[in-house]
Amino acid sequence: MADTSELHGVGIGRGLTFGPVLRMPEPLPEPLDIPSALGPDVEKEHATAALASTAALIRLRGERAGGTAKDVLEAQAFMAEDPTLSDDIVARIDTGKTAERAVFEAFANFRDLLLGMGGYMSERATDLDDVSQRVVAQLRGVPVPGVPDPDYRFVLFARDLAPADTALLDLDKVIALVTSDGGPTSHTAILAREKSIVAIVGAAGAMDTPDDSVVIVDAAAGLVTVAPSEEQLEAVAAEIDQRAAQVPVPVGPGALADGTSVPLLANLGSAEGAAEAVELGAEGVGLFRTEFLFLDSTKAPTVEEQQKHYTKLLAAFPGKKVVVRALDAGADKPLSFLNAAAEENPALGLRGLRALRANEQILRDQLQALANAAADTEAELWVMAPMVSTVEETRYFTRVAREAGLQTAGVMVEVPSSALLADRILADADFASIGTNDLTQYTLAADRLLGSVAAFQDPWHPAVLRLVGEVGRAGRTLGKPVGVCGEAAADPLLAVVLVGLGVTSLSMSPAALAGVRAELTRYTLAQAQEFAVIALAANGANEARAAVLAAASPSNTNPKEKVE
Amino acid sequence: MPEQTVRVASAHGLHARPASLFTQAVGKAGIAVQLAKGGKTVNAASILGVISLGIDHNDEVTITAEEGDGAEALLAELTGILTTDHDAS
Repeated sequence: MADTSELHGVGIGRGLTFGPVLRMPEPLPEPLDIPSALGPDVEKEHATAALASTAALIRLRGERAGGTAKDVLEAQAFMAEDPTLSDDIVARIDTGKTAERAVFEAFANFRDLLLGMGGYMSERATDLDDVSQRVVAQLRGVPVPGVPDPDYRFVLFARDLAPADTALLDLDKVIALVTSDGGPTSHTAILAREKSIVAIVGAAGAMDTPDDSVVIVDAAAGLVTVAPSEEQLEAVAAEIDQRAAQVPVPVGPGALADGTSVPLLANLGSAEGAAEAVELGAEGVGLFRTEFLFLDSTKAPTVEEQQKHYTKLLAAFPGKKVVVRALDAGADKPLSFLNAAAEENPALGLRGLRALRANEQILRDQLQALANAAADTEAELWVMAPMVSTVEETRYFTRVAREAGLQTAGVMVEVPSSALLADRILADADFASIGTNDLTQYTLAADRLLGSVAAFQDPWHPAVLRLVGEVGRAGRTLGKPVGVCGEAAADPLLAVVLVGLGVTSLSMSPAALAGVRAELTRYTLAQAQEFAVIALAANGANEARAAVLAAASPSNTNPKEKVE
Repeated sequence: MPEQTVRVASAHGLHARPASLFTQAVGKAGIAVQLAKGGKTVNAASILGVISLGIDHNDEVTITAEEGDGAEALLAELTGILTTDHDAS
């Protein structure tokens, strides 16, 4: 048996588990451009057979996956069967290339074409790469890259997971996720939080672990133990049993150990999720995204159409707070009727409130629809503007909202300028809600959507936390509520730090509520404030996380001795 | 040869889903159809060919079917697909 070794990364949540490793196969190397030894006729036969069987396999996967994944996979199957593509492959084989090389070049050619078209089309480029890899693997007789699918439960090791991979992941078989790349806001981490999967991301060297090695994954410690001893495994199994035997924190209002109330709210993207959120104990809605009403149309929906949806949402939360965000278009979710101009830097462009202001009637209609819906229902409606960067914008939005008859109007703090001047912004706004994803992106100047700078996108960064602290302080001084509705609120320990920084409510995807609720009950407000001081004193995100984790360990409800 | 010029109705143009509906309809019919936009012509049964035309909302495209049984009916069906806003549902 191999010697025991350790991998360190960023744990998502506090789960603990163990199991056998399966690695996601590495992407195949580019096929060499060498002359075919088989001759064009044989190469063509091979290529045609590989394309056909790949299309069939993709269809089969689609049937099994169902839902939206099925549509995506169906489109991929058509790509493998595409006549233009096979003509191109045949033409390349006729010049003396191997089937592998011809397939690779033909797909790459189309991929570049789609990338060059930008926008929606360029997203399809990933699909082409995926199909290309499958066909080439088929030709080589090697395993097809992609999510392993054995008939036993396993710990999935990957470089990072793409949305297409996670859509196909059989979560009943994946005990835990470990990635070598990617940070706490990577797609893998978000998925793990949503589905409550034990996960460690950014564990350098993870991909060197052989398949079928047994590992212990301890998310609270950010530690993967490879090839543990019998004693270690027994200790972990006992610990898992002990945790399972603990009475779970009952569904109820969020509060710290000393009784300090921290309302836990849900992030929702449509009225459909309301019932589930209530069931999971959401005390209201902290972020209702309204983009879905607008995304599928060429013009803004009418006041009546919108009112119908808002009424449905508000009716699900009688007597509770529902914070609705005005349409947040631009950057990663462009809407042609708001801003059709191509921008060099859309994240810094005409987006959020800026785009609404340039189309004031759309804003006024939305606020009117909301006011009408509020009049018909019992919920306590708050509205907020996205991407506010100045005091003047704050005044503009609150004025327009009040003109529409809305009682409570606030702003999202996603831009450092708003956080720094929170004392002035909150003098006018009724509340602030911090969007930590964008705030991190703008503070660290790292594009959220760009994989090469993903490591910067970590809300534990003390620069981000200091800005959160500014907003918290302003809220306390002026007696105004300050919420967080970004990914940070769903990270249980970071949620405690945020409360320590003066945040008064936390909003997250409903699946994350239980984990955050349980974590809050472990610490008092004084401890949360102490953790905030510790995090702010750190030099970077990892250091902040490690320091708070160390400070939090002794008061863990489970002070079991650490396994050596 | 039967030919029809239409404006594309889908809000996001002829991207993956509407494009696959379109190419599937062509594939099922077994009649050779060409799709042209701005001087570039592709095999209408090819999803990559269709996508590569970069057809946006309100673009004008021409479909040409090979002469034969069912060609007119196929053109009518394809025109229907192109003039439906598949992003509106």
